[in-house]
Amino acid sequence: MRDLNNPFSPFTGRRCPEGADEGQRHTGQSLAPPRLPASSPRGRGEESLPRAAAPFLAFARLLRRHGFAIAPEQVTAFMQAVTLLGPRSMNDIREAALATLAPPPDRRGEFEAHFQGFFYGGAKPSVEGEEDDEIRVKDDRGTREEESQAVRQEKGGELSSALEQLSSRDFRQDTDGLSSFRRRLASALPARRSFRTARTRSRGTLDLRRSLSEIVSADGDIPSPLLRRRQTVPRKLLLLIDVSGSMKLHTADYLKLAHAAVQGADRAEIFTFGTRLTRITSALRVRNRDQALARAAALVDDWDGGTRMGPALLAFLSVPRFSAFARGAAVVILSDALERGDHSDLETAMRRLSARAFRLSLATPLAGDPRFRPATTALRAILPVLDDLVDGSSARSLSDFILSLARPAPAAETIWKRVA
Amino acid sequence: MTRVNTEQIAASPEAVAASLAASRYLADDSLATAIFLAIRLGKPLLLEGAPGVGKTEAAKAVAELLGRELVRLQCYEGIDAAHALYEWNYQRQLLAIRHAGEHEIDIYDDRFLIARPLLQVLRAPDRRVLLVDEIDRSDHEFEALLLEFLSDFQISIPERGTIRAATQPIVILTSNRTRELAEALRRRCVYHWIGYPDAAREAEIIMLRAGDVAEATARAVANAVQEIRARPLAKPPGIAEAVEWANAATILEKGGSPWPEAFRRAIGVLIKDEEDLSSIAPELGRIVEEALA
Repeated sequence: MRDLNNPFSPFTGRRCPEGADEGQRHTGQSLAPPRLPASSPRGRGEESLPRAAAPFLAFARLLRRHGFAIAPEQVTAFMQAVTLLGPRSMNDIREAALATLAPPPDRRGEFEAHFQGFFYGGAKPSVEGEEDDEIRVKDDRGTREEESQAVRQEKGGELSSALEQLSSRDFRQDTDGLSSFRRRLASALPARRSFRTARTRSRGTLDLRRSLSEIVSADGDIPSPLLRRRQTVPRKLLLLIDVSGSMKLHTADYLKLAHAAVQGADRAEIFTFGTRLTRITSALRVRNRDQALARAAALVDDWDGGTRMGPALLAFLSVPRFSAFARGAAVVILSDALERGDHSDLETAMRRLSARAFRLSLATPLAGDPRFRPATTALRAILPVLDDLVDGSSARSLSDFILSLARPAPAAETIWKRVA
Repeated sequence: MTRVNTEQIAASPEAVAASLAASRYLADDSLATAIFLAIRLGKPLLLEGAPGVGKTEAAKAVAELLGRELVRLQCYEGIDAAHALYEWNYQRQLLAIRHAGEHEIDIYDDRFLIARPLLQVLRAPDRRVLLVDEIDRSDHEFEALLLEFLSDFQISIPERGTIRAATQPIVILTSNRTRELAEALRRRCVYHWIGYPDAAREAEIIMLRAGDVAEATARAVANAVQEIRARPLAKPPGIAEAVEWANAATILEKGGSPWPEAFRRAIGVLIKDEEDLSSIAPELGRIVEEALA
């Protein structure tokens, strides 16, 4: 299934030779060189490898197909390690694979299953990759061109002037306070100290390197000392918006807020999730709000459907480029977190998100009700990893919360324990 | 120390395990293999694991095994090049300029260069082992800087040119996994996840590390700690805490407390979180009794 979606192996850029892998899966314990189909699509370099090395290469390929990130140099190290160790037993090969291919600790079980299935033959491992096939990830970069054309067509017509009027009226009235939110956002986001320093006139440490060269060029005279200070840069803001049926009343408000966030902050990323995961950041980069929202709406396919929050968040984390957005960022999830059925996926996803994020917050419209308590099993399970669990029932409360992200607050668990 | 020498020391994973045991570190097969591979493949060794499973101790043991000095770089948020690579001793440079007067002076001489851990190791790779401790605490920019260092083992100093390591230094990185490290860093290293040891091994470790603890005590402590770790605690006790607990209980017992009581009174050295203490307190008696049985 997964190969149909992504037929290219991430590192070689070539199609994964499925026939070759199938043939090698049953190599058995003896480590005999597997029978290779004559037409197996292998590269030129691989032919010069000894035949006994083929299973190791194929094992790495099998892991890649199941979503493990394995670089060519790791495969080389794997084979070197096997050679160094003897190998005297299958356990040596296992240890070498663990040390060099470095499966993440939380996917160790899955890795073991693949190892067993590959080197000992037998049943196909029943463990599935964490990426759920049904969660489709949609990045808006692919569609940008068509979209911008569509926008251009609209511009000449009556419709666009009507839209412009609407939006300009919005600006004047500012009924929802979003334009002030947009103006204040960049300076209100939590900051981090950058690795880089900037020259400054006051409050800094002595920039001895520059001062010294100044002194040398001034022939030993000591002019006024030069200072430098670590720069501070605002952290990234990541909004993950639930667009499922149960959030129907709020999604429109949330998207407006998201648009203001993209316009106001340097680095904001917006995703929507329901049964799918969609990145809508670049659609929202359009200045005109209604045009931007129309483009975003066209991108999202799963309006008002069900929620599969856990798998959707796991899908988000499994795309390296996406999960890098969460690293050191202020992550705000806008959702009621009503996860049907098993919530173990959600728990895993939230734990991983919180390990990456600077601050992980869940804004739920249910918290607008003063009688709200985090009582569902899903909410109770994720409460320990949440930094904040706040009211997301109105754009006003939400924008106030986002503007307060830089201020420290007690962890969500402590607050809600006190309430209970 | 020459290459032949390291090959002699790290002849096989078993030899590594044996010499580690001689320096009072008990490694399981997996860890011994990872250390062996890191030394022989010339790759950095990345050790990840919960706090208190002996990552830093492992690095110290490796340095001892190779007979080299351990240079430790403790990471923290905001660590930068001046703390990790090198810095000029500006005060001395200024004094030297004044002192030299009319004479010419090279202010970028060796005596004005303060070598920080990475440069120290680069200068004498066969006498030193580098430990980059708790890399997950540093920020991403530093990780990138380290990546550059680990791939080429060279440092460029604008005033001096590039300094290269004569031989590949041995580098050990540790992480508590409070955040995920960059894939590129993991990729470049030999990786090992250190878990908590099983009860038998932990008892051995306690015997080896603690002062004079009876074998029965060590085994009881190991069993009880296993049981305690299985609970959802905010801070599960590490190996060091288990050793301390065995020590403390032994001292209390010699002072006149009977056995189960001695364990209960010494619990403060094992569990250091108020909430954890109150959640474990009602069951502690039963756990200790079962462990002693």
